[in-house]
Amino acid sequence: MSIVIEKLNYVYMAGGPYETHALRDVNLTIEDGEFVGLIGHTGSGKSTLVQHLNGLLMPTSGRILVDGMDLADKDTDRRAVRQRVGLVFQYPENQLFEETVEKDIAFGPKNLGLGEEEIARRVRDAMRRVALDYDTLHERSVFELSGGQMRRVAIAGVLAMEPQVLVLDEPCAGLDPRGREEILSLIRGLHSECGTTIVMVSHSMDDVASLAERVIVMNKGGVFMDGAPREVFSRGEELRAIGLDVPQAVQLAQKLRDRGFDVPQGVYRIEEIKAVIEGIAGKGEKHA
Amino acid sequence: MLNDITLGQYFPGNSPIHRMDPRMKLILTIVYIVGVFMVSNLPGYAIALAFLYLVVRVSGISFKYLVKGIKPLRFILIFTFVLNLFFVEGETVLLSLGFVRITKEALENAVFFALRLVFLVMGTSVLTLTTSPIRLTDGLERLMKPLQRFHFPAHELAMMMTIALRFIPTLLEETDKIKKAQMARGADFESGNLIARAKAMIPLLVPLFVSAFRRANDLAMAMEARCYRGGDHRTRLRELKYTRLDLYGLLATAAFIAVIIAEGKLLG
Repeated sequence: MSIVIEKLNYVYMAGGPYETHALRDVNLTIEDGEFVGLIGHTGSGKSTLVQHLNGLLMPTSGRILVDGMDLADKDTDRRAVRQRVGLVFQYPENQLFEETVEKDIAFGPKNLGLGEEEIARRVRDAMRRVALDYDTLHERSVFELSGGQMRRVAIAGVLAMEPQVLVLDEPCAGLDPRGREEILSLIRGLHSECGTTIVMVSHSMDDVASLAERVIVMNKGGVFMDGAPREVFSRGEELRAIGLDVPQAVQLAQKLRDRGFDVPQGVYRIEEIKAVIEGIAGKGEKHA
Repeated sequence: MLNDITLGQYFPGNSPIHRMDPRMKLILTIVYIVGVFMVSNLPGYAIALAFLYLVVRVSGISFKYLVKGIKPLRFILIFTFVLNLFFVEGETVLLSLGFVRITKEALENAVFFALRLVFLVMGTSVLTLTTSPIRLTDGLERLMKPLQRFHFPAHELAMMMTIALRFIPTLLEETDKIKKAQMARGADFESGNLIARAKAMIPLLVPLFVSAFRRANDLAMAMEARCYRGGDHRTRLRELKYTRLDLYGLLATAAFIAVIIAEGKLLG
C-alpha cells in the first residue's frame, strides 16, 4: 500500500490576518514497507503534512492517494483511510480519557465496529507490542500510570486499529533517555517484525539516523531533501543553513577528519563511528 | 475549523482607533450600545451603519472581516427573526396559511430585532478587534477601580479575565488537537442523533479538562514563583493616558447619539 502526494498545498486561515502558507507544492511517494524519517525546523510543515496522510486536513490544492483512494474526494470512506493510516500525535498521552487502560485502547477498534472478541484480541495484541503487561495493567486507570506508560498506552490505542502505515509525530518528545529508548525499540520492532510502514517525525537527528531508511527534510513548507540517510547527512552545510544539525556520529567523524584521521565519507551511525574509532585505536597500539 | 471565530480576536494594527485609550473605547462602546438600543425605527439603522462604517474605515479593518464575524451567530439571528415573525401580533396580514399568520408588523419587528443584534455584535467586535486583550483588561481594571472602596475585587477580576482571554486560543488549539487525535482513532463527531453526538463529546471533554486543570496548576506555580500576591501596591509597565484621539472619539460618538435622538424625534 503506497501513499502518493501530488502538488499538495495547504493554507491556514486563508484571508485572515494570520494567513500562513504551510505547504507548498509537495510531491512525495511513500512506498509499502518503508521507514521514513521526516525532519525539519519548527514551522517547516512536518505536522501539517502528516495530518494530511489520513485525511484530518484537507488539501487547499493538490491531491493525496492512499491505496488508490483519493483523500480530497468527499465520497472516500474516511474511517477506512484512518484504519489504514494510523496517526500518533505529539504527546499522545493527552488524548487518553477512558476509565481503564483496556477501555482506552479499545476505543479505536470499537469505532471500527468490530466484535467483542476481536476487540479483546486486539487490545491484548497491542499491549504486547508496546511491552505493557496485560494482566497487571488492563484494569488500571490511565491517569495512574507513569508518563512513559501513558505514552505507550496511547500508541497501543492506535496500533489496535492495526494500520498498515504508522505515522508518529515526535514520539519521543519529553521522555527521559530510558523511555525514549523503549519507544524507539518498539517502533523498530513494528517495522522489522510486522512490516508496518513507518513515517516518523523527529527533531532528533540521532533517532532518525538510528532507525530510518529514508530521510525527508522539510523547509518552509516544501521538501528540501529526500534520500538515503547517508546522502542526506553528508550535506551537513546545507542542513545547518536551514537551522538543522547532523547526527552526533557525523559531527564526530568530521572532527576526527579535521584532526587528520582517516575517516571514510558517509559515516552516520553510532556503530559505524565506533568501528572507525576502534580501527584507529587498534593501529595506534600497533605503532606503540 | 475552530479558527473561524472573529468574535474576541485581536486584529493587530496601528490605526487611531487602535491607539485610543482602552478606557475610552470601553466607555464609548457602552455608549454605542445604548445608542443602538435607542434606535426606534428601521431608517435609524442607516445612521448606525454610517457611524460603524466610518469607525471601521478609520480602524483599517476590512468591513468584510467584521461581517464574517457574524457568521457564528447565524442561528441566534435566525431564531430571533423567526420567533418575531411568527409570534408578534399585528393587523396587516401579509400571509396566512392555516394557523400561521404573518403580519406586516411582525415582519418589521423581526427585521428590526435581527438588525439590532447584528449592530450590537459588529460594534462590540470593533472594540475587541482593535484592542489587545491585555489593554482591554487594563482598561477594565482602571474603570472598576473606584469600586474597590466597597471591597470590589477589581484587580482580581481583571487578572482572571486576562488569564481567561489568554487561554482561549490555547484551549481552542488543544481542543482541535484532541479532536483530531480521537478522529485518527475513528471517532465520529459529525453524525448520529443528539444523544450519540453528546456521547461522542466525552473523549473530547475529559482530556480537555485534564489538560486545563494541569495548565491552571502550572500557571499558579509560575505566578507564585514570581512573587505574585494580588493587586496591592502593584505598579504597571504602561500607564494609561487619555490623548487627543480619545477626545475625537468622544465627540464622534456624541454626534452619533445626537443624530439618533434627532432622527427618533423627527420620524418616531
